[in-house]
Amino acid sequence: MNGFSWRRFLAVLRKEWIQVRRDPFTLRMIIVLPVLQLFLFGYAINTDPKHLPTGLLMAEHSKYERTLVAAMQNTGYYDIRTLTGEAEAERGLADGELLFVVNIPPGFDRAVDRGEQPTVLMDADATDPSAIGNAAAALAGLTDALDRDLPQTVRSTPAVPPFQFAVHARYNPEQLTVLNIVPGLICIVLTISTLFITTLSITRERERGTMENLLAMPVRPIEVMLAKVVPYIVIGYTQALLIMGIAAAVFDLPIRGSMVLLILALGLFIASNLALGLTFSTIARNQMQAIQMAQFTLLPSFLLSGFMFPFAGMPVWAQWAGELFPVTHALRIVRGVLLKGNGMAQIVPELWPIAAFTLAVAVIATWSYRETLD
Amino acid sequence: MTAELVIDVRDLRKRYGARVVVDGLTLGVAAGEICGFLGANGSGKTTTMRMLCGLIKPDGGGGTCLGLDIVRDASRLRRQIGYMTQRFSFYDDLTTAENLDFVASVYELSDRRGRVRAIVERMGLAGRADQLAGELSGGWKQRLALAACVLHEPKLLLLDEPTAGVDAKARREFWDLIHDMAGDGLTVLVSTHYMDEAERCGRIAYLSGGRIVAQGSPDVVARGSGLVILAATGGDLDRAARALRRMAGVESAAVFGSAVHLAGMDRAALERAIAAYDGDALIWHDVAPRLEDVFIHLLSQPDGGAS
Ligand SMILES: Nc1ncnc2c1ncn2[C@@H]1O[C@H](COP(=O)(O)OP(=O)(O)OP(=O)(O)O)[C@@H](O)[C@H]1O
Ligand SMILES: [Mg+2]
Repeated sequence: MNGFSWRRFLAVLRKEWIQVRRDPFTLRMIIVLPVLQLFLFGYAINTDPKHLPTGLLMAEHSKYERTLVAAMQNTGYYDIRTLTGEAEAERGLADGELLFVVNIPPGFDRAVDRGEQPTVLMDADATDPSAIGNAAAALAGLTDALDRDLPQTVRSTPAVPPFQFAVHARYNPEQLTVLNIVPGLICIVLTISTLFITTLSITRERERGTMENLLAMPVRPIEVMLAKVVPYIVIGYTQALLIMGIAAAVFDLPIRGSMVLLILALGLFIASNLALGLTFSTIARNQMQAIQMAQFTLLPSFLLSGFMFPFAGMPVWAQWAGELFPVTHALRIVRGVLLKGNGMAQIVPELWPIAAFTLAVAVIATWSYRETLD
Repeated sequence: MTAELVIDVRDLRKRYGARVVVDGLTLGVAAGEICGFLGANGSGKTTTMRMLCGLIKPDGGGGTCLGLDIVRDASRLRRQIGYMTQRFSFYDDLTTAENLDFVASVYELSDRRGRVRAIVERMGLAGRADQLAGELSGGWKQRLALAACVLHEPKLLLLDEPTAGVDAKARREFWDLIHDMAGDGLTVLVSTHYMDEAERCGRIAYLSGGRIVAQGSPDVVARGSGLVILAATGGDLDRAARALRRMAGVESAAVFGSAVHLAGMDRAALERAIAAYDGDALIWHDVAPRLEDVFIHLLSQPDGGAS
């Protein structure tokens, strides 16, 4: 058996590179896709939604209602309009036109004046708990809203707490969602583009019939696989730098840690995706199967990595599953280096799981690369 | 079997699932020979060629090509064989020259550019060198494929239907090239469905149901078939052919220009059929079976079709 040959590797590499260059659609996607996703997600995803549509129902005109509504509007969470009746409220909630309905009970003014502590019922559409969570929490601070209009006896008694908490929001003091999303987006976009493209690489040769020829020639599997991967490392880096550049310019993404360190770590992450893609490509019989395998891993890497939902909020088994994916670790590295200014020492615990994953998957790919047609 | 044989395989077997595709095939091809590989669609020609160059593993049997074991030495064998696949399998998005350059560098040839230029000249591809392979017409694709598989100067060529879809003149040129190369000592195994091509082979092997049912020089195969052909001219030939075709002992009755040909294995049965025919009186005489008659005869055997 002949060993690795640089000349053969370079031959396949040159061929792959020409093919990448000749495929303008894919090339355009490589640039357009990350930019589009960055703007889409950067502007669209907001985990602290404001201005939620709210309906107001009241039995009769009330002198306190105006103050209460103003106080709710001032929290920024509620956009309130008055409803004509129960039917409209029900319809609004069912149609999704309203997320909240505020019910001011009959005799509200009198009950407040008498100190009867009446209840204002909030109907909330809880199909998406995270959409209404912050808004509902803000209500707790509004029970003293009427104090200025009320006689001393029925005002809320200001309790003097024995101690208090102060939250110091570090790394992202304004708690901007976008600063959390952009680093995640770098990882997700890299996963989509590099995983999918390499997933198709070998099945494409199989489907076009060129595999028969490639196998009849004296190239070694390792040469073919490396040559198929290298162009996409370049492409992956291009995408990562593009996203970071735009994020820094448009979304004021801070770059607190070392760029060099980040680029090295991203290289490993890209390699892990390419290795996985190649494995799918060698196992799959055709492009359709290959795509399905890639999609199958894509969803958990969105959901379990901490990109969409906080990692800490997941049950332990889900966290274990999440730890398997390179995205999970890459996400922590990118957030850590960009936002926290983490150095080598802090990211090593995240690097080795990616390295181990890459190695394991590369072994499977080499092992399952068939040198014959059967 | 002697060491002279470039292809020397015995009892090759290959099955896909429950279906036996190659069933105990034994083939010997001497150095410098052009061996034609014939047989119905699905008779196992492509599968056999793939086994010969190590692309698929035989389920049973084995042997050598160029003195190398087709299973154990598959990777060394590949460097010395030129295999032209039945389906065009070069890169559509690379130009002719780029495809050839790729092949040359994968074989690690010295003086890559010089060799590519030489083969482009020899195959008359000069005018198409910078055209994308996917945009070439069928015939030019075949030329590119042939150029690519002789680029590394193999000692054995396996050509799987190299002239399918190629016009008559180009086919003639193709075969002139193959004869030139055989003259230089190259051994060629070439599959084809064309009779005129079969007649240009030094030897032919006819495959049916995954085994060789007839082989030898085209003359020998034609004469050795035992087929009797009777021909007649004049009269209403189409009507005669239609009526005779249905009679016992007549394998085929076909009109060729101004003559009708009757074929069968049993002369007496043919004569009985003629006697029973009640149409115009025709004058019958013997003609020597041609290769085509023999193949049609073989194809119409119970196991001669696609099995
Ligand atoms: N990969 C495969 N899986 C299953 N069956 C196969 C496979 N390859 C070939 N076959 C079957 O093996 C039989 C022989 O096929 P093969 O391609 O060798 O025929 P062939 O003589 O080359 O025919 P043709 O003249 O049409 O090219 C066919 O019936 C085909 O269906
Ligand atoms: Mg075939």
